[in-house]
Amino acid sequence: MSTHSSRFAARLMVAPSVALLLIWMIVPLVMTIYYSFRLYRLVSPDRTGWTGFTNYTWFFKSSDFWLAMGNTLALVGGVLAITVVLGIAIALLIDQPVKGQGVLRILVIAPFFVMPPVAASILENLFMHPQNGLFAAVSIYFGSDPILYMQDYPMWSVIGIVSWEWLPFATLILLTSLQSMSSEQLEAAEMDGASALSRFRYIILPHMMRAITVVILIQTIFLLGIFGEIFTTTQGGPGSASTTLPYLIFKQAIVAKDIGRAAAGGIIAVVLANIVAIFLMRGIGKHLDA
Amino acid sequence: MGKIVLNRVNKSFGDVAVIPGIDLEIENGEFVVFVGPSGCGKSTLLRLIAGLEDTSSGRIEIDGKDATTLPPAKRGLAMVFQSYALYPHMSVKKNIGFPLKMAGMDAAEAEKRIANAARILNLTNYLDRRPGQLSGGQRQRVAIGRAIVREPAAFLFDEPLSNLDAALRVSMRQEITELHQTLKTTMIYVTHDQVEAMTMADKIVVLNAGNIEQVGSPLELYHRPANLFVAGFIGSPKMNLIDGAEAMKHNATTIGIRPEHLDVRADGPWQGIVGLAEHLGSDTFLKVTVEGLGTLTVRATGEVSLRHGDRIGLSPQLERLHRFGADGKALA
Repeated sequence: MSTHSSRFAARLMVAPSVALLLIWMIVPLVMTIYYSFRLYRLVSPDRTGWTGFTNYTWFFKSSDFWLAMGNTLALVGGVLAITVVLGIAIALLIDQPVKGQGVLRILVIAPFFVMPPVAASILENLFMHPQNGLFAAVSIYFGSDPILYMQDYPMWSVIGIVSWEWLPFATLILLTSLQSMSSEQLEAAEMDGASALSRFRYIILPHMMRAITVVILIQTIFLLGIFGEIFTTTQGGPGSASTTLPYLIFKQAIVAKDIGRAAAGGIIAVVLANIVAIFLMRGIGKHLDA
Repeated sequence: MGKIVLNRVNKSFGDVAVIPGIDLEIENGEFVVFVGPSGCGKSTLLRLIAGLEDTSSGRIEIDGKDATTLPPAKRGLAMVFQSYALYPHMSVKKNIGFPLKMAGMDAAEAEKRIANAARILNLTNYLDRRPGQLSGGQRQRVAIGRAIVREPAAFLFDEPLSNLDAALRVSMRQEITELHQTLKTTMIYVTHDQVEAMTMADKIVVLNAGNIEQVGSPLELYHRPANLFVAGFIGSPKMNLIDGAEAMKHNATTIGIRPEHLDVRADGPWQGIVGLAEHLGSDTFLKVTVEGLGTLTVRATGEVSLRHGDRIGLSPQLERLHRFGADGKALA
């Protein structure tokens, strides 16, 4: 069905949606680029004129920016490591035949349905709170002082909260991959003398590689833009200790009311996301091929 | 050495006894085929021997030692699965070498064994390929290669040819038989195809509903089926089974006569009408409807110019007649 005319007809018919999507993407991007080179401060009457690369260089000179970069990468890397490792472990566990398997699986997946700011508030106030939190109660029970999570370990706390939210997603994807594992392959490996650990290392893990890749790619996209969890808990603090790139941009736009600078930050974030994407596709994208 | 002895082996899933209790001896170096209709428990029996299923009761001895509770890896057996169960992310070489790697064999010795297995199975040029890049027959050979490098006490085959097309099945059948003659290792082979059983086996074990119906060499089963089930199962086309008045004449409840032991003769005692004639060139299969006996299959040698609707006479070779009693067992 791939004659010259049918191809032409196909292109003609998808053209409107492609054009719409292109405009949808290109207009905000071009506007952001435009603003990033403008002097545009909401609190200043002087909001006209080009400023060249000043908005960009401000970021590169600011120590907060480099801290935010480090925090962003720590958040993405930390959450990925936790969700993939624990996700594999939980998927292996709930793949076992147990009574009440259906209910168990729904319970495991449940956190994913909680909205990010709500999830963050729950963890902050019910678990990590130094007076009311469950963790504080445990610390006191064992006779030690409660840990001030938001104050002393702000970045770790955010990573913990985001991991809690994303673990179900990772588990779900990894579980489906585990269920497609051929039982004959495992039996063959058993006959071949592979121990449970070797079977995991040489048979199950390679089989799950594609699912792990999917988890890493999808989560990276979402984790680069994490905002709500930081906003409702640490507010990027104390100081700038838990400020990530999106949160830094937010601070420039809404707190400092400097639209031009925020736009420049946005463009930097887009470039960063693309660099990460290229590295990911180079590094693990080959697992997506059959 | 691979002598395998099953002593009252039983397998039950809940209340259902899939295998009520089997006694069987498999001698070292024998090629034994488990054959039976689907659901007869032949695969379960193989998996019990392999150790992939736990025996509910009874005893399995391999090589004179009790192996009933040993894990599969410790039994010294190698298995070839119906789906081949190759590891898709490993090259052919790594697939074949996997059991050696798991056994912790040193690389040089493993390399030698892999090369040797590849040579026997004509896989030398494919060692670097992935299973996905191989044809069905090649995959089958890789699975066999993975089994032979371990030099097991016995090979277990679980319907290994059922995923292959007819032509390839015939040639793989010969390859496996030749392999057995080269290695002289015990082989247990499960199939539902009685042609495979007849052509390959030293000893056939006919299973039905978890019970052994008869054990014997292919020709023993062909010439002296112990009961109606074996009589109907072994042989192609199937034996004609006749009961009623005609059987009574021979002091039996049922009589059986193989299609090749019915002669077409105008003055034969059984007069009938040809329903269907299948001309294969070397043979002609006739479906003949005989009044009072039902439809009989006749195998006539060579080309026979009989057609639908022709009236013919059939004469059974009386010394080839099988007689069965009311309990379905053969009468002496």
